[in-house]
Amino acid sequence: MKPEDSAPVERPLVELRDISLAFGEKEILKNVSLVAGRRERIVLLGQSGGGKSTILRLILGILPPTGGTVKFNGADVTRMRRRRLNKMRQKIGMVYQYSALISSLSVRDNLALPLEELTDKTRAEIDELVQMKLEMVGMADARDKMPSELSGGMRKRIGLARGIMMDPELILYDEPSAGLDPVISAVIDELIIELSEKIGATSIIVTHELESAFKIATRVAMLYKGEIIAEGTPEEIRSSEDPVVAQFISGSTQGPILETSK
Amino acid sequence: MLRRTLQHTGSIVWLLVLTIQEMGDAIRRGRLPFRTKIFFQQCDRTGVGSVPLVALVSFFIGLTMALLTGYQLRTFGQQRLVPALVGIAFTRELGPLMTGIMLAARIGAAYTAEIGTMKVSDEVEAIEAMGLGPLRFLVSPRLLAVFMLMPCLVIVSDMTAMVGASLISFWAFDIPLRTFFATALDSLLLRDLVAGVLKSFLFGLIIGLVSCYKGLTVQGGAAGVGDATTSSVVASITTVIGMDTLINIMLVALFE
Ligand SMILES: Nc1ncnc2c1ncn2[C@@H]1O[C@H](COP(=O)(O)OP(=O)(O)O)[C@@H](O)[C@H]1O
Ligand SMILES: [Mg+2]
Repeated sequence: MKPEDSAPVERPLVELRDISLAFGEKEILKNVSLVAGRRERIVLLGQSGGGKSTILRLILGILPPTGGTVKFNGADVTRMRRRRLNKMRQKIGMVYQYSALISSLSVRDNLALPLEELTDKTRAEIDELVQMKLEMVGMADARDKMPSELSGGMRKRIGLARGIMMDPELILYDEPSAGLDPVISAVIDELIIELSEKIGATSIIVTHELESAFKIATRVAMLYKGEIIAEGTPEEIRSSEDPVVAQFISGSTQGPILETSK
Repeated sequence: MLRRTLQHTGSIVWLLVLTIQEMGDAIRRGRLPFRTKIFFQQCDRTGVGSVPLVALVSFFIGLTMALLTGYQLRTFGQQRLVPALVGIAFTRELGPLMTGIMLAARIGAAYTAEIGTMKVSDEVEAIEAMGLGPLRFLVSPRLLAVFMLMPCLVIVSDMTAMVGASLISFWAFDIPLRTFFATALDSLLLRDLVAGVLKSFLFGLIIGLVSCYKGLTVQGGAAGVGDATTSSVVASITTVIGMDTLINIMLVALFE
């Protein structure tokens, strides 16, 4: 480990250090540390209501942590002023669980929105980019539809396309395949892998679907009761001896998870 | 109760400050402080869309007011005071107040419901997460639309009320239309007009801010949007009436 010898060490893109977070009396996260290096695909597993979406909000600086630091590209997100925060957010693509497309805008306008507002591209350039990203997610013919005319799976893919409009360095996915049929989920999983490889972006994926988690991930972290209790490669997690991890992965009703949450 | 009210008032003022800051950011980047398309859409429904309601209600209130006061005044043989009475009452007081109440119900409710729905479906957060500034995007076009169009609607209200009053005065008290408008205009003081216009700007600002604030702070899904809409209308109307009273007391104390 002598960084000066090798090529300059890449600093991690996202660093969460000793994060704690409470909403009033309710403690959601305690001592969470998570580091994402470049081009990694980190899957965050955990129970519903465990604070997974909250972690994504912390990274975006939408929510301040009660304690600890969040760094993006070495800069402390918790101390950023509004304008720097907005600059940083342009480098992050967020894919929402229920897509969160703007319902009053057409698919084209939804995708064009960040480009129109944040870049100086011409209308023709924007249209071309919109077309390209739509083709990437296989939705080219939905260009002029309104979000309400699309099915859940289609909306999710448009949400994905919106997330990558600005060629982000980091893509955050909140339960990308929840509530979709198995074929569409598999399509989404492949898209996630493909996008991270094509754009070279780092991905953090929150999910419940174990099968897709192990397929997508280069690293898996498990959140339980506000703490990261296990972290490692998919193989390591799959063969983990930790009773909580083992129970979560086998989906068994016997074990520590339900007992302790009573 | 008082503490909560003060907290909300503080947050609403803060919302105004942040909105202006976000608009400033946009101007600094060489962009318009709001998306023109949304702004014109909002102007259309806030302004043009409200004209029929405002005109209709004001027409009948003006008419009723002239009729009732006229009958009272006639017992003293003073029905010629009706034009001045309706004219002053509307330009200074009833025009802004009635329009404020109507807009709070018609437009404030719509703003809260729209923004609230966007909030519970994560659209507001998505806009924020893209680094776009949700206030500039959602609040500024609506706020500007209601702020700038409120005085125009008040003028519509004043004029239709006068029309209603003049018609009934002609029919019931034999005041010729020309005499009616001439006396009404004569009796108006600049002070009354200015007070009316200032009030309408202020009420527009209050309705815009309260309704956007209520929308942005919605919690708890569809039911939350319903609650917020109700409370937005109630809060706008009470604030408008409260400010109206306060301004009247101040104006009377200062100038009469
Ligand atoms: N703004 C908030 N105010 C209060 N509690 C919140 C807020 N956001 C989330 N929570 C609570 O935090 C917990 C974690 O939420 P979340 O991160 O959405 O869980 P997950 O995504 O793992 O299902 C939940 O119990 C939720 O009720
Ligand atoms: Mg969640």
